[in-house]
Amino acid sequence: MHKEFLMGNEAIGRACIAAGVNLVAGYPGTPSTEVLETIAKENDGSIYVEWSVNEKAALEVAAGAAYSGARTLVTMKQVGLNVASDPLMSLEYVGVKGGMVVLVADDPGPISSQTEQDTRTFAEYSKVPCFDPSDAKEAYEMIFEAFELSEKYGTPVFMRPTTRVCHSYQSIDVRDYAEYEDHRPEGFVKDSKRWVIFPKLSYANHAKIEERNDKLSAEFSYRSSPNTFIEGNTTYGVISQGISFANALDIVTKARSDKKQVPSLLKISTPFPFPDKLVSTFLNDVDEVLVIEELDPYIERHVLQLCGKNHIDVKITGKLTGHVARSGENMPDLVQKYISDFMGWELPSCEKMNTPELPVRPPVLCAGCPHRASFYAVKKAMKGKETIFAGDIGCYTLGNAMPLDMVDTCLCMGAGLGIAQGVGRVKPDTKCFAFVGDSTFFASAITGVVNAVYNQADMTLIVLDNSTTAMTGHQPHPGTGHTMMGEFTDKIDIESIFRGIGVETVVRQDPFKLDEAVEVVKKVADEPGVKAILFEAPCAVLFKPETPYEVDLDKCVDCKMCIREIGCPGVVLKDGHVAIDTALCNGCGLCSQVCPCNAIGKAVKE
Amino acid sequence: MSTTNIILCGVGGQGTVLASKLTAAASMSKGLSVRSAETIGMAQRGGSVLSYLRIGTCSSPLIGSGCADLIIGFEPAETVRALSYLKQGGTVITSDRAMMPVTAALQGSAYEGSKMTDYLKSLEGGLIGKLVIVNTDKALADLGSAKVMNMVLLGAAARGGFLGEVGIEDIKEALVKKVKPQFHELNFKALEYASI
Ligand SMILES: Cc1ncc(C[n+]2csc(CCOP(=O)(O)OP(=O)(O)O)c2C)c(N)n1
Ligand code: SF4
Repeated sequence: MHKEFLMGNEAIGRACIAAGVNLVAGYPGTPSTEVLETIAKENDGSIYVEWSVNEKAALEVAAGAAYSGARTLVTMKQVGLNVASDPLMSLEYVGVKGGMVVLVADDPGPISSQTEQDTRTFAEYSKVPCFDPSDAKEAYEMIFEAFELSEKYGTPVFMRPTTRVCHSYQSIDVRDYAEYEDHRPEGFVKDSKRWVIFPKLSYANHAKIEERNDKLSAEFSYRSSPNTFIEGNTTYGVISQGISFANALDIVTKARSDKKQVPSLLKISTPFPFPDKLVSTFLNDVDEVLVIEELDPYIERHVLQLCGKNHIDVKITGKLTGHVARSGENMPDLVQKYISDFMGWELPSCEKMNTPELPVRPPVLCAGCPHRASFYAVKKAMKGKETIFAGDIGCYTLGNAMPLDMVDTCLCMGAGLGIAQGVGRVKPDTKCFAFVGDSTFFASAITGVVNAVYNQADMTLIVLDNSTTAMTGHQPHPGTGHTMMGEFTDKIDIESIFRGIGVETVVRQDPFKLDEAVEVVKKVADEPGVKAILFEAPCAVLFKPETPYEVDLDKCVDCKMCIREIGCPGVVLKDGHVAIDTALCNGCGLCSQVCPCNAIGKAVKE
Repeated sequence: MSTTNIILCGVGGQGTVLASKLTAAASMSKGLSVRSAETIGMAQRGGSVLSYLRIGTCSSPLIGSGCADLIIGFEPAETVRALSYLKQGGTVITSDRAMMPVTAALQGSAYEGSKMTDYLKSLEGGLIGKLVIVNTDKALADLGSAKVMNMVLLGAAARGGFLGEVGIEDIKEALVKKVKPQFHELNFKALEYASI
């Protein structure tokens, strides 16, 4: 063992390598992405690692490998589990041979997600055992346990950290290389009674799964399980999990050193199957319990159920009683308030400050982002027309901000195409547009194109091809021509996909050639049926900036058209006049094409 | 053992992460335990970002209101935004250079960096025990690089003794291990730049 300072996600990735993982597949999504990236970076070539086209594909690839005895890891964010849920629900009934850990990162807040769904609830629904770490150290150690449990019981196992665990760093003990496990899979052994799901098999396995989960509930109640009990000096108890527990522990530790009366603490790190025995024992020694958890009142419901089942007379408070907020994160201040109210401690008073008005700082498309140019071209081309701009998920969702205001809807990855079709069905004279990023296109938009062509929709599909999965930190995808094993492959060509599906009008266009781009949009949108424009220009973050632009103050008439039209963070106001922030400017030249006075040009080097 | 709680704040893309990683590495080489948490995701595209760094024994990487010993601010308005974390008499080390959000330019509601630094000065001796304001434009011109702002701010914190048991020599040692040799001199100069 030696100490390293690791991010939660790095710790999880490193633990998987040390546990002898053979195959890793996933689809990027904040806050899960760094797990797979860590493994790819540290890979000595013995582990097969891929970014799959989406989460469903990742889970299926891993299932095949796990059938063959390989130790496998699948990674995704919480909404990715919705996409992977079809194979996962069935896989639980079939089971695995090699260990399978399904890492699903939840995002209370939500900080970078569409929903505040809770994978613990999904674990119960799918009957898949679930671990819930409270920090990087615990996550590291749990991975070994998760693989062992998965192999012992032949079931996939969830590892569910939340954002604050994924993205926090900690100095932790990690195994030396000599301590790494070596796992050699045997290969697929035919056995159709085992690997082919039929109602009869599902029935038989269902009963076994329930039995196993009862057994696991008891196992998780043992003292050696990751669930932790810390005794207080009152008959009050706090049950918690994850980062909420870490915050509670800091607060209670401080209170103890201040000689306050403190509650007993119980941390639930194995939410499913729920450790009934352990919690019943805890309940026997307390009169009142406060449950502090993020997302669903999952623990609280189980505790109430136990009280009912075992006639335990303890008052339970939490989300269901309005004592804990039902949405958002449990930050230290909130946990301090919850515990103080519960224990009758006085809250430290805070003075109101007379802070000057602070700027709001919403995230924006980068300076030089090609999406800005694409949106602006469509906006100009469609000015005055009845339109719907169905957006999708990625950096380009930020095209909704003023002044672009070019995203009318956004639901989930790949949904924009269907939504544009539906809007058109209701009001056929609307010009329907769907914008989709290249990674999103491969992940979940292709079926939408098939649907549109088959059902003869009338719409324009705009692919914003920036040659990367930008929002999640620039991962490769099928259109980029390289893999996570460091190989170069043929790029899958988006135009050919359209042509193969039967879309006749497909135009490739550089969005930074503004006038040309506007004409192309006008022309294509006027054609009937399904047609596509591929706006191709690489993400500004991936390339060295070109020479920055500058404003010629002699020509500038201060109309501020550049600022009002495109909202680039590189175009700023300095002493009341328009100026280019050369540290940010990427040299894309869009502003120079918007300026009516020709006042913006490439900076000349002195 | 007491914990040193540090907030690093700025705008997405300003590179607060290296400063917190260096401090962490320096603390670890002294046998201290460290926890930190970063903003990763949507907000990195020009939004407000905040890192927590805690040196010493603790369970959570997060810091509550009124509990930070030190705020290192990469942008004056973000420093003001983070003030609720500061404990009475804590230290603030900040850049004076305002980063204008697009919305401010659009609505003509640009703010002055000096308004923020004036406000900070008004709190000196009260909430703020020690205030260091770095003239960033001058610093970067003097040092000849736009990339070392984080080292200027971190250097001020270390030399002032605001990183708990971690001193400037510890930071330098950690830097030598993390940064390529051709950049050592520049970074050392940056660490020593600010007057405190
Ligand atoms: C089902 C699902 N999986 C993953 C994510 C995380 N995610 C958000 S945006 C995005 C991809 C964006 O890439 P792309 O479509 O190429 O657009 P860009 O960000 O490059 O503009 C991903 C994977 C998600 N929101 N939903
Ligand atoms: S990261 Fe790339 S795609 Fe995302 S906003 Fe910046 S330039 Fe645009």
